[in-house]
Amino acid sequence: MSSTFDTVANIIAETCDIPRDTIKPESHAINDLGIDSLDFLDIAFAIDKAFGIKLPLEQWTQEVNDGKATTEQYFVLDNLCARIDGLVAAKGA
Amino acid sequence: MRLEYFQLIDRIVALDLDARTLKAHAQVPQTSTIFEGHFPGHPLMPGVLLIESMAQASGWLIIALTKFERMPFLAAVRDAKLRTFVLPGQALTLTASLVHEGSGFAITKAAIEADGKPVADSEITFRMMAFPDPKFRASMEQVAAAIDFPVTVRG
Repeated sequence: MSSTFDTVANIIAETCDIPRDTIKPESHAINDLGIDSLDFLDIAFAIDKAFGIKLPLEQWTQEVNDGKATTEQYFVLDNLCARIDGLVAAKGA
Repeated sequence: MRLEYFQLIDRIVALDLDARTLKAHAQVPQTSTIFEGHFPGHPLMPGVLLIESMAQASGWLIIALTKFERMPFLAAVRDAKLRTFVLPGQALTLTASLVHEGSGFAITKAAIEADGKPVADSEITFRMMAFPDPKFRASMEQVAAAIDFPVTVRG
């Protein structure tokens, strides 16, 4: 069974045509991998489907815009995967 | 269709909120300045307008599902196929179904048929945002009334 990171990295590689070996847990999806907001919708769609969740992108964006959170908290892949795990756990609770 | 107003759906004939599907009719006008240029002596409904008509059918579905709270803006068109020519005066049937509703975005599949034969299909992504201006929403409500939105709602 693949880890959350492997699943997310594979989705990013396939969706955005980014070499899989350049995608690291510490990669920032926007700053390091150059993923823009439109490509991130495709990624969110694939993540939603793969994990049976709904990534709260609007809430995250609002928090970043309001200065209540940094993009690193949501878009560094390690952090993104932790949030996915949290959403999956909450769904099963 | 009122091509000059970019209103490509004439009438919504079915809306099923449980199945998350919509069906609409559109009548391609017999005459339009568009056909004078596209193409002289061989008038064809432009493919981009067929894609736009699928986007509008999908958009009305999303507006129905979000209870007129959000406006869907076209963001991406994937696997668009234009399978046959559409001529002035043809009657089109459009269908749209919701594939996924994410946070702030939605994905649909849409298709067009004429005389029971497939004309076009595509997967379409929309960003969903609050109506940016009350006038905008009011104008959409006017269009909604003009195209019988919705005729029959289930769900």
